[in-house]
Amino acid sequence: MVETKIREYTKEEIKEIRKTRTPIPEQDAVARGKNFEEVALGYTEEQALREANRCMACKKRDCVAGCPVEVPIPEFIQLVKVGDFIGAAKKIKEKNSLPAICGRVCPQENQCESLCTLGKKMEPVAIGRLERFIADYERMHGSGGGENEKPKPTGFKVAVVGSGPAGLTVASDLAKLGHEVTIFEALHKAGGVLVYGIPEFRLPKAIVQSEVDGIESLGVKFDLDSVVGKLYTVDELLERGFDAVFIGSGAGLPMFMNIPGENLNGVYSANEFLTRTNLMKAYLFPEYDTPIKKGKHVAVVGGGNVAMDAARTALRLGAEKVYLVYRRSMEELPARKEEVHHAIEEGIDFKLLNNPVEIIGEDGWVKGIKCVQMELGEPDESGRRRPAAVEGSEFVIDVDTVVMSIGTGSNPIIPNSTPGLDLNKKGYIAADGGGATSKPGVFAGGDIVTGAATVILAAGAGRKAANSIHEYLMSKVKN
Amino acid sequence: MANKILEKRILRSDLFYFVAEASELAKKAEAGQFVIVRADENGERIPLSLANIDPDRGTISLLVQTIGVTSTKLSTLNVGDEIKDIAGPMGHKTPIEKYGRVILVGGGFGAAPLYPIGRAMKEAGNAVVSITGARSENLLVYEKELGEFSDKVLISTDDGSKGHKGLVTEVLKQEIEENGADLVIAIGPAIMMKFASLTTKPYGVKTLVSLNPIMVDGTGMCGACRVSVGGKTMFGCTDGPDFDGHLVDWDLLMSRQRTYLAEEKKAMEAYTRGSAPSS
Ligand SMILES: Cc1cc2nc3c(=O)[nH]c(=O)nc-3n(C[C@H](O)[C@H](O)[C@H](O)COP(=O)(O)OP(=O)(O)OC[C@H]3O[C@@H](n4cnc5c(N)ncnc54)[C@H](O)[C@@H]3O)c2cc1C
Ligand SMILES: Cc1cc2nc3c(=O)[nH]c(=O)nc-3n(C[C@H](O)[C@H](O)[C@H](O)COP(=O)(O)OP(=O)(O)OC[C@H]3O[C@@H](n4cnc5c(N)ncnc54)[C@H](O)[C@@H]3O)c2cc1C
Ligand code: SF4
Ligand code: SF4
Ligand code: FES
Repeated sequence: MVETKIREYTKEEIKEIRKTRTPIPEQDAVARGKNFEEVALGYTEEQALREANRCMACKKRDCVAGCPVEVPIPEFIQLVKVGDFIGAAKKIKEKNSLPAICGRVCPQENQCESLCTLGKKMEPVAIGRLERFIADYERMHGSGGGENEKPKPTGFKVAVVGSGPAGLTVASDLAKLGHEVTIFEALHKAGGVLVYGIPEFRLPKAIVQSEVDGIESLGVKFDLDSVVGKLYTVDELLERGFDAVFIGSGAGLPMFMNIPGENLNGVYSANEFLTRTNLMKAYLFPEYDTPIKKGKHVAVVGGGNVAMDAARTALRLGAEKVYLVYRRSMEELPARKEEVHHAIEEGIDFKLLNNPVEIIGEDGWVKGIKCVQMELGEPDESGRRRPAAVEGSEFVIDVDTVVMSIGTGSNPIIPNSTPGLDLNKKGYIAADGGGATSKPGVFAGGDIVTGAATVILAAGAGRKAANSIHEYLMSKVKN
Repeated sequence: MANKILEKRILRSDLFYFVAEASELAKKAEAGQFVIVRADENGERIPLSLANIDPDRGTISLLVQTIGVTSTKLSTLNVGDEIKDIAGPMGHKTPIEKYGRVILVGGGFGAAPLYPIGRAMKEAGNAVVSITGARSENLLVYEKELGEFSDKVLISTDDGSKGHKGLVTEVLKQEIEENGADLVIAIGPAIMMKFASLTTKPYGVKTLVSLNPIMVDGTGMCGACRVSVGGKTMFGCTDGPDFDGHLVDWDLLMSRQRTYLAEEKKAMEAYTRGSAPSS
């Protein structure tokens, strides 16, 4: 095992370091706007030790309650403090199978870190950064072995539809229990939104690949280029000898606003814009064959994480000016604070309280986006103040590219091809807390059940479904 | 090995016919559907229609017209090589029923989907007439294949070297006037489908077209394939590829198909430079 020199902090020193979180080294804002390399560079061992020493190891463990999968936070941080990084990695993995990813992309400020006791008086412990450090350390130094003992095969076969965080988690948990798992993925690469949506500069694809490789090494088969509902239906999978099916197909159907001009050349859905760039590597065109229009002046419509990713991607593709058009104000912006902060630093121009009403074209190409100013009225059902258009306030922003990032819905391919599978009002698959659907032997979890949510919620749903599927299969043995 | 090429035929300097191993796909696919193909690791995802489906042999066929980088890369593959990715079957199958008299109009790679569709239409008890054309006789392809199931095959060439001198739409008009039609299926370049649809409209003959917008995933995830039909935006990959030709916004389709002209030119230049033998 690798020796780690542990620096012991004195009481006085701890009192001092508690006041401020250890900053994470980042690429310079100007330089990074021109490349696709990761923005945050990660803690060094020294920095991780400093940050770990800020944690008060609270008995009440409020932080844990803020984590959707209840990562044993104080316990893993304690192991970081004593330099047992591999032990810390094992501790995290008891609850979270994708720490290198969650450490990078979890909205920690609304989850674990939001309830950190230290955060009440000072800055909360940087739990996500520590989680990321530990996962990266383990990836670089190896896990010391031990956990790869082959489980006894149960003889059961499970089909997993989709290789996003939900599918990957189900597959890895079930494989560890001795079930034979095959993942069916529509695209040519595994990872779901982690490979096609979230950009390289926030989540390097090599990290996703190493998670996928790890799951493959557990014996999970990946059947890529396989669209369930087209190549095989869910019923056909059951007929072909799979004892259970888990559906983790995500919420990948892009929405548009249905305003005039939306089909002009230069109007993208965020999914298309990001898929071309990330999955297909259009930023390396023509070394890679897939092209993308590199807009000079780009408007991104929306205010979520996806919109931030699209705006920052447009910048990195070479845009001179990127506008973010959002109909509410900064306070309602649903994106993670860190992403908003990074976007502002990089020079994205936030056009808040504006709503597009038309995309203006010339010869089939985008020329501008006509917006109307909004003002916030009374709170609506969601508790957010409802925006209303200010009459006569229309104005045009000159742009050559528009990226629509106003949300996604449920892709109908699986629902339409699976009789007996109940959906909820919004068209997502209805499933109980353990992922069981209305169809015997069929489970579901992640965005296809909740609508677009987060990586950790999808992974958590995968873990719960793996437990239910295991129980379901084992109950078959008894009968 | 999956996706192995078992046969390759060169039909014309720019048209290749491949038979590839794809046993699961062949079991499931039906006339009118398409696949998404990638030629190699750096490759783009492009849609290609199923030119034949043989579930017994476990193969599918593709008819590829070399236009740009991906189709050219595919054309360099030979028997024994593997096509990197084949995903599908995408889209809906063409509704096969007994309509009565069905006229097929095809040009270029449009013959690919017409072949399985036409055969299925014949098997469903329809009288089938195929109309195909080219600039000149030596550029005509698929005449023989269409003849396998068609009651007759009508030809047009721009230079009159074979069949009617002029456009396929003129032959179509004449055939409808003389013998009538219950359904027309036109597949080929957008401009051909547009004029075929304009030709049939005054006669009120239902006309199906297979639209070819630019695609990425082919599963309804990206929206690149947006087309406007009857004033409504639809996804070519999941709502189509077949649509009512009388309702399609052709100008929009053709405009969107040109989105990447500049980039495609650049890519082709880079590709030919890269693949040219170094001296
Ligand atoms: C641009 C972007 C940025 C985001 N940023 C963050 C962030 O910072 N933090 C965060 O926590 N969350 C973020 N999210 C949300 C998060 O990525 C998703 O909630 C999560 O990936 C959902 O996981 P999933 O496993 O349910 O589905 P997905 O990740 O969507 O994976 C579904 C997979 O199923 C495949 N599939 C679909 N249909 C079929 C079929 N019929 N047959 C076979 N395969 C099929 C798809 O191709 C896909 O690979 C972001 C999302 C996007 C789009
Ligand atoms: C449903 C469908 C079925 C098709 N069937 C066939 C077929 O059977 N045989 C055949 O030869 N061609 C077929 N095409 C057209 C084929 O996809 C394009 O010719 C091919 O993508 C060209 O790629 P390229 O890299 O060789 O050329 P490029 O130089 O990249 O493009 C040339 C032109 O092809 C079109 N095109 C480019 N990329 C795409 C893409 N990803 N998706 C769709 N169109 C694109 C554009 O109009 C472009 O201007 C079909 C298209 C669709 C949508
Ligand atoms: S998984 Fe996410 S929410 Fe849970 S502890 Fe880790 S960073 Fe926090
Ligand atoms: S609440 Fe904060 S300080 Fe307390 S144990 Fe959790 S991370 Fe440490
Ligand atoms: S090709 Fe992506 S939605 Fe149709």
